[in-house]
Amino acid sequence: MPTAEEIKQRIEAAIPETQAEVEDYTGGGDHFRATVISATFAGRSRIEQHKLVYGVFGDEIGGPIHALSLKTQAQGESGAATAAKQHAAPAAT
Amino acid sequence: MSDSDSNPIRDAIAEAIREHDTILFMKGTPDAPACGFSARTVAMLQSLEVPFAAVDILPDPRIRQELSTISGWPTIPQLFSRCELIGGCDIVTEMYESGELAETLGLETGEDAPAQPVVNESQPAGFTQIENHLS
Repeated sequence: MPTAEEIKQRIEAAIPETQAEVEDYTGGGDHFRATVISATFAGRSRIEQHKLVYGVFGDEIGGPIHALSLKTQAQGESGAATAAKQHAAPAAT
Repeated sequence: MSDSDSNPIRDAIAEAIREHDTILFMKGTPDAPACGFSARTVAMLQSLEVPFAAVDILPDPRIRQELSTISGWPTIPQLFSRCELIGGCDIVTEMYESGELAETLGLETGEDAPAQPVVNESQPAGFTQIENHLS
């Protein structure tokens, strides 16, 4: 059963230049709420942004992760470089 | 795995999406939603008084599977408008709160909104189509 911290780390590791806040809102380890801010989201529609995050978890969504409620936001163009430095996320492979 | 050419469930879903301007795939029915996210999405649509078709994905797990294959979206509910995926509960909520949802669904904001919900008019069609293909 994933923890909120694991979910956060996986999102940040998989999507470059990303900061995530994740909350386990039932405490049961299967309903999460995430706010994800990423420079990678710039120029993408909300649907595409959410798909990127869902894509990190594949079949786990609807399985062990019963619900992952998302709020996504593209990092402003000017803030993008700063976030990249702070986070030095590994390239998604 | 199920990438074959004849896939009646996938075809029925695609057809339902094509045939209804606004269609919601949900858990349960608008009158008896089986999940909080579906219930919330229905409530928002109803408060906009937008006619919509609804398909319950629970009767057969393949409906959800095929739907997600078509849409690339893993969770339920899923709202489509004019053949395009609008989103799940989170996105619909954001759009509802910003007023964007009414616009996207092609509603005239203001006086043109119908006086009564027209939900039930188109809803059974969605059900029937999917179920016909399953039986």
